[in-house]
Amino acid sequence: MRSRASEASGLFSRPQVPAELLIAGGHVLDPREEIDEPCDILIREGHIAELGPPGSLPDPPDGGERLDATGKHVFPGFVDPHVHLRTPGQEYKEDIESGTAAAAAGGFCAVVAMPNTVPAVDDAAVLRSLTDTARSAARVPVGFLASITRRLEGAELTEMAELRDAGALGFTDDGKPVVSAGMLRKALQYQRLAGGVVALHEEDPALSGEGVMHEGAVSARLGLAGIPSVSESTMVARDGALAVYEDGRVHLQHVSCMESLTAIERLKAAGASVSAEVCPHHLTLTDDIVRTLDSRFKMNPPLRSERDRSALVDGLRRGLVDCVATDHAPHARHEKEVPFEQAPMGTTGLETAFAALFTELVMPGEIELATVVERMSAGAALFDLPTPRIARGEPANICLVDLSAKWEVGARGYASRSDNCCFHGRTLHGRVVLTLAGGATAFRAPLLAEVGALAR
Amino acid sequence: MSASLGKHLISIEDLGRAGIERILDRAESFVEVAGREIKKVPALRGRTVVNLFYEASTRTSSSFELAAKRLSADVVSVRSAGSSIDKGESLKDTVQTLSAYDPAAIVIRSPHVGAAQLVAGWTPASVINAGDGKHEHPTQALLDVFTLRRRIGDLEGTNIWIVGDVLHSRVARSNILALKRMGASVTVCGPPTLIPREIEALGCEATATLDRLHEADVVYVLRMQRERMHESYVPSLREYAQRYQITASRLRPGQLLMHPGPVNRGIELSADAIDSPQALIGDQVKAGVAVRMAVLYELLVGSPVLAAVA
Repeated sequence: MRSRASEASGLFSRPQVPAELLIAGGHVLDPREEIDEPCDILIREGHIAELGPPGSLPDPPDGGERLDATGKHVFPGFVDPHVHLRTPGQEYKEDIESGTAAAAAGGFCAVVAMPNTVPAVDDAAVLRSLTDTARSAARVPVGFLASITRRLEGAELTEMAELRDAGALGFTDDGKPVVSAGMLRKALQYQRLAGGVVALHEEDPALSGEGVMHEGAVSARLGLAGIPSVSESTMVARDGALAVYEDGRVHLQHVSCMESLTAIERLKAAGASVSAEVCPHHLTLTDDIVRTLDSRFKMNPPLRSERDRSALVDGLRRGLVDCVATDHAPHARHEKEVPFEQAPMGTTGLETAFAALFTELVMPGEIELATVVERMSAGAALFDLPTPRIARGEPANICLVDLSAKWEVGARGYASRSDNCCFHGRTLHGRVVLTLAGGATAFRAPLLAEVGALAR
Repeated sequence: MSASLGKHLISIEDLGRAGIERILDRAESFVEVAGREIKKVPALRGRTVVNLFYEASTRTSSSFELAAKRLSADVVSVRSAGSSIDKGESLKDTVQTLSAYDPAAIVIRSPHVGAAQLVAGWTPASVINAGDGKHEHPTQALLDVFTLRRRIGDLEGTNIWIVGDVLHSRVARSNILALKRMGASVTVCGPPTLIPREIEALGCEATATLDRLHEADVVYVLRMQRERMHESYVPSLREYAQRYQITASRLRPGQLLMHPGPVNRGIELSADAIDSPQALIGDQVKAGVAVRMAVLYELLVGSPVLAAVA
């Protein structure tokens, strides 16, 4: 059984059997290690023991498995710094086991869970019960953020220092902005004691109002109240200024519009300690699809214009946006089967993130595959988590992907408990067939299990 | 161009110009029925029409009810107050329950955008949108076009101004679409707080003043809801009335005046304008029954020749 070494870095998972495996002949792509060629990878006791040219490595001894990965790609495992696992309180939408199963099916070797649960993760007792649950239920290692303010009400700070001691990677009131600049300023001051990143959902509720979609030509046509881009970008500018003034470290969650990127560029140029994430749906879809009034396309921040979408792709390409995050937000079917204005905000995303980006951005040539692979795990370092690397001695955090596989999203159901995926019904290219997380096999496509058994 | 209609009427976008004309032509024949002593035809005898109203309504609900009855349908009217909707039943469950009575049509009014479209996915019946939030109110636009066509004939090239709270108006959205399809040009006019950003994408012009109102052939005035003032869309109804109220003196001779009702006298319209011979407001109400009969008829009976009805 695996040790709990990873808990030192703030990740929690159920005990797992360390992998003994030879991944033979796959095309290994790890931009950080500058590998982009067919390669054998020998995994012993959950760690990468050897890397070598195809055919150069021996099969693993007794009990080990040889997996023929010819024609498939091997990437460093993905890390998602933004998921909602809905535990505690809303387990009918998702729980730690189903959410991490979805993560594993999407090639993720670690995820970071948001604290806007019921109750919120705003004291150490709630957090300890979550880390305990993760120790028995999490299929891939999970890290937790705690809330910045109690009950996410924006009025009183949480016991940030104690929460850090209990394992919180950082803090966020995600789902809501910290409306009061004074409150955020105090959190950034207190961050000097407590440490941990402060992650921000940027939105000015006075500008969002009752908005349910991006404000623009489509909202004008549909008669739906709009959420203007400036609702986000004005808060990015405000909070960036506070971060500079307090020398704080902030991470901007799910940035969605061009104006925010302009603000981020200015902040980074000024030397602010600011990072940003972007979601696959904002990179691949626009508000035009909301014309269908399908509530799967309702999320916050909303799908924006084509101008915003292409600016986000450009930002991701240039590294102005640091990483991809899914904002995986499961909701039960009965909650989403209502008129658009009444439906809750959010889409699931763990199982489709890579395939959506590969199909919609890499295949048409908007962005390089290597860039996507790098940004899919770049969130780790931003939350002080170890970055997955395909290098000798590293723990096995790897995903194996068949880029030639075509699949219809949702046709065989989901590992997630919820089916509110904005890519539902689409045909995507690129399918994760194996995920190694924290040194153990976390997911294996049914078909590959057979192939593996034969190869053995 | 095909004049054939689909199964539902959710949006004016479901209709081409030929489809609109087909409904209006049919409505003309039903105007004749309204002049008879016994105002009934047997077209929908033995079939059921459900009116499902989640919002207060006088004109739309009563005219749909009358329209269905004059076509000899059995009519069930469900209102949210006092029904199981009040007890928290979801829209989907309510619709599936009512569908068990095998209605030919469900007429739905909802405060939420897209409700009619959702209902169409949950029932085998034809669905008619009687207003979904701020999105559309297609039968209102059809009766407005019908009223105008009776007065001035072909709308090709006419200049129509829609004045007032466009932001919150489903009537404005359906009318812009319907009038554009009939060849009219449309200008929306109102305080900038009440004109949606990028409304021009619907193919209309937008302006904040009545300065060029004289260019309009038809002035279509929207209802100004009092609560908008409290939400700071306008500083006061007094200032709104000063800038945007349509009065007899602001109308040029020959311009026609329309309003979907109910009117706020002294706010968006002055009494002298309402009572002027230029106003078509009474004609609009009268057209409601004939046009809704035509919509029910075209969706539920379709192509057979009118002789069968008359």
